[in-house]
Amino acid sequence: MSQEIKGGPLTRLIMNDKAGRKLLLVLLLVSVLVPLSNLLVPEGSLFHVSTFTMTLLGKYLCYALLAVAVDLIWGYCGILSLGHGAFFALGGYAMGMYLMRQIGDRGVYANPELPDFMVFLNWTELPWYWQGFDQFWFAMIMVLAAPGLLAFVFGALAFRSRVTGVYLSIITQALTYALLLAFFRNDMGFGGNNGLTDFKDILGFDLQADTTRAALFFASGIALIGGYLISRFIVTSKLGRVLVAIRDSESRARFLGYRVEWYKLFVFVVSSMLAGVAGALYVPQVGIINPGEFAPINSIEIIIWVAVGGRGTLYGAVIGAVLVNYAKTYFTGAFAELWLFMLGGLFVLTTLYLPKGVVGLWAQIQEKRRSSSGGPGGGQSATAEGKA
Amino acid sequence: MNIATPKHIDQPTVLYMNGVSVSFDGFKALNSLSLFIEPGEMRAIIGPNGAGKTTMMDVITGKTRPDSGTILFNDKEDLTRYDEAQVANMGVGRKFQKPSVIESLTVFENIEMSLKGGRSVWQALVHKLTPARQEKIDEILELIDLKDRQHEEAGSLSHGQKQWLEIGMLLGQEPELLLIDEPAAGMTDEETMKTAELFKRLAKKHSLMVVEHDMDFIEALDCKVTVLHEGRVLAEGSLETVKANQEVIEVYLGR
Amino acid sequence: MLSVFRQVMLYLAVLCCAVNAHAAADSMKPDTELHALAQQLIDAGFREKKALTEALVEINDPKTLEFSQVMVNGDLYYRKDDRVVVIKGEDQITSFFNGEVIEIASSRDIKKISVNNSLRTILRSGIARLQIFSPVASVRKQAAVNLLKSADDIDSVTLSRAMAEEKNSEVKDVLSLVQGIKSLESGDSATRLAGIDALAGSLYPDVRGALANFVRAAESDGRASEVKAATDALEKIEDLLRVNAVIENLYFGLALGAVLLLAAIGLAITFGVMGVINMAHGEMIMLGAYTTYVVQQLMPDHIGLSLAVAIPAAFLVSGLVGVAIERGVIRHLYGRPLETLLATFGISLVLQQAVRSIFSPLNREVATPDWMAGTFMINPALELTYNRLYIIIFSLVVLALLALVLKRTLFGLQMRAVTMNRPMASSMGIRTGWVDALTFGLGSGIAGIAGVALSQLTNVGPNMGQAYIIDSFMVVVFGGVGNLWGTLVGAMSLGVVNKLLEPWAGAVVAKILVLVFIILFIQKRPRGLFALKGRAADMG
Repeated sequence: MSQEIKGGPLTRLIMNDKAGRKLLLVLLLVSVLVPLSNLLVPEGSLFHVSTFTMTLLGKYLCYALLAVAVDLIWGYCGILSLGHGAFFALGGYAMGMYLMRQIGDRGVYANPELPDFMVFLNWTELPWYWQGFDQFWFAMIMVLAAPGLLAFVFGALAFRSRVTGVYLSIITQALTYALLLAFFRNDMGFGGNNGLTDFKDILGFDLQADTTRAALFFASGIALIGGYLISRFIVTSKLGRVLVAIRDSESRARFLGYRVEWYKLFVFVVSSMLAGVAGALYVPQVGIINPGEFAPINSIEIIIWVAVGGRGTLYGAVIGAVLVNYAKTYFTGAFAELWLFMLGGLFVLTTLYLPKGVVGLWAQIQEKRRSSSGGPGGGQSATAEGKA
Repeated sequence: MNIATPKHIDQPTVLYMNGVSVSFDGFKALNSLSLFIEPGEMRAIIGPNGAGKTTMMDVITGKTRPDSGTILFNDKEDLTRYDEAQVANMGVGRKFQKPSVIESLTVFENIEMSLKGGRSVWQALVHKLTPARQEKIDEILELIDLKDRQHEEAGSLSHGQKQWLEIGMLLGQEPELLLIDEPAAGMTDEETMKTAELFKRLAKKHSLMVVEHDMDFIEALDCKVTVLHEGRVLAEGSLETVKANQEVIEVYLGR
Repeated sequence: MLSVFRQVMLYLAVLCCAVNAHAAADSMKPDTELHALAQQLIDAGFREKKALTEALVEINDPKTLEFSQVMVNGDLYYRKDDRVVVIKGEDQITSFFNGEVIEIASSRDIKKISVNNSLRTILRSGIARLQIFSPVASVRKQAAVNLLKSADDIDSVTLSRAMAEEKNSEVKDVLSLVQGIKSLESGDSATRLAGIDALAGSLYPDVRGALANFVRAAESDGRASEVKAATDALEKIEDLLRVNAVIENLYFGLALGAVLLLAAIGLAITFGVMGVINMAHGEMIMLGAYTTYVVQQLMPDHIGLSLAVAIPAAFLVSGLVGVAIERGVIRHLYGRPLETLLATFGISLVLQQAVRSIFSPLNREVATPDWMAGTFMINPALELTYNRLYIIIFSLVVLALLALVLKRTLFGLQMRAVTMNRPMASSMGIRTGWVDALTFGLGSGIAGIAGVALSQLTNVGPNMGQAYIIDSFMVVVFGGVGNLWGTLVGAMSLGVVNKLLEPWAGAVVAKILVLVFIILFIQKRPRGLFALKGRAADMG
């Protein structure tokens, strides 16, 4: 997956994407201004963003990246993964393991090698799969490799056997559920049901300090922008069109000579890595990673973010993630009981009445306005944006 | 599953089928079917519904595994060992009964996707629209008369236009062997004739297998005809010969 | 001389007292030996009591056994004013000899006829002997089983006599075991070895204990050959125990399979007919369980009948909710299976939250009716609960009824037609919309019944459906879609495999292994074990 973006293609990428362009601009501004306002603007001022708010927004940014990852495979390739939370969680655990090692001897049991929960379990040495996590670069590789590898193996098995549609969705659910059960066990060595927490610092910087939090926020914003651009690059290439072909008519794509398995595998792995990165940035900001992240409901919530925003657009996923999570924060605070009703209702209403999400609704409104104002008639020239 | 057994005829063939049988749940769709097509030949396949025409195409293109029998491409490739994409990349193109274009992509993109080459993931990722490719696409667009609608979604085309688009996609693949399933369905008389002309032109450099019901179309093709019935070849020869065949009359033409 | 005189005087005195006491006692009853002795016991000190007790257990009176039992339990009392012998029960005081309930003003009106350990020993031994010769076979068997724990309660002579007289083979077998245990104590090595032989292969835990103790004693004595013989015998027992454990797990597996069957069959039907995955299916099960709870709340005095009412009630409740879901939501998403999956997931959330709000987030108590409680014992190591058996039978009955509906009714025919070829069925005049709605109702209704069964096995809470949704899918996916037979095989296999793996790998790992297996299985057979073949049934 090439990370080198030259001037030419990048410009083209952004220029061709009207709505996305605006979004990217907003994201860039937010990524820069929010941390600055938190650090430089004095508290009490109207423009000050509290650390709490900044952390919350940082969470949203991570979720948005996760949503983009899901839109990539669902909106464009038709793979409804109900277990993507697993990749998010794996990336989170990789980061968590690094942060645990960073605690060193400042833990309750003051063991320089072993995290507290291992001492509590009477373990005497670090298991082999924890080796290397004291190095940042290693942990970062694992943030990509752990979800990527799982996605590769799972995808290779599933796609080559031509498992599709609801069957595929169900087994992605089973996958994340199995991981949930596994990570809950204390003897797995990942902290059991308590997970990994009580982090102290990252790369030497105190996690509680505002400057660190600001930096993490900025990083989340940049990661989202990066993830968006990478996904955009993929979907606007011929590969993206093949994905759309697979989504709409898999059989046809095969008969045209495209090895569908490999295409699906490619996006699935890329998507899993994006999700992993999102998880890795999420964990230091919220300060904990526990097996609950593997819960099937988390993965299904991601789907609703993308559906509400408008799938198959990428920017819709970002919007949907922010909107739904904002609503969740608001409602679980004010009317906790109501939230689950609302979430359930959101699923039903979106699938019945908003197949194109908020973005689609907006486009409809725009079109009505345009045609009623007597401008050049309706019927936008359809672009290969990959409709729902 | 049989490994390819040696051919029992001497001349070179582009498609060789011998003793191919396929059963679905006890129903024998193909019953020891044997036929062969020579390079550069155009063959018309006719037969009543349920005769096994679509199943025959399915086994050739790798969608269905036959229970027994040999299928060779260009005398050397055993087609029963490959799946759809592999068979397509070997040079076998298929046009379906029901037009199956990619509805949410534009006409242009549909044809671009079908162009020969660039099938791997990496190639698709870094694919660029070279002048050569642009030219080829233009050529095809002209041929199928959709140049002015090239940037519209394929889903917005009429049935006949979709048929043409699919033919265009088939051409883009530049296959050696074309398998065409009921191309004239839903076309006007004029379009039908146009299609027949196109095929006759193609037949010079490609091999074609055309399944059709429309007798006028078959006549216009002016080629050897194979009659299928109950998964077997019933008769083979020119259209007149076949039309005069007693069994064929009983089973199919009913006249 | 003097001591003899004193003894005679004592006996005379006792005799006089006995006569007096007897005269003063309940004159309505004839004067039996037992009764007389009871009066003597009242006055006797512990030394006399010992002799009296030894005499007591020899008295040939139908009430001797009961008397001894009451006495050894410490429930034998007498009323101080009139020396009536009474049994002090939990709620009331009963006269021993005529069974009348006695009213007393205060607890000081009665006094215990006390016993000590040596008396208890005599009593127990006597009781055992009495029971061994009881005319009732089950009493004899129970006595024999008790003797396994304390073989010293009976002497060899009596034991041999009992064995000789015993006609019932079951009781005789147990008596042989008792003899075997006694033989272990013998001074003669050959007898001990014979005893070990007799004990090999017995599943009674007390036999195992006796052998284990024997091994320890023999080891410390250095009796190598006996140690070996006993250890071998123990091994044989352990092997048998293992086999029985496996059988027990098999039984649990079948019960789990039965529940999975009920849970999954509804899903198999809706998926088969409509190609729809209903993520709210678990909640249909949950609603059925809650219906049982409500029914029991409404008829608290008739718990025995509650299930009979709950089953049709749950079917209706879940069925109607299912029809509502189909007509309200799923109908509009026809042909879009992934969207249906999402919409039904939303409904699942709403239903869970609704139940939480109406009932409470905590688990609810659902009682097991008496006729379902209890166990039946196949052998001392294998005791199986009735409730599971009933559930297994019940699920098979439901399956059979369903098969009947599918094969013999018009509705079933229409359902099958729509499953195989919807457009064709529609063009033949079948109202596919109604078939869909009723199919969904049927599938959900059966899930409701599954909930009733589940309420007997597990906790009833708002989340209970979640645990079964994935399992149900796995069953359907494994067994093949739209297929009753496949669902049966799938459910039973998964239930059994799950339970057989559990003791070996732990519940969680067993579940993980089963999930992984299914994921891998789909690779090989994407359509499940018994898939519907043919182009028309092609989906996904």
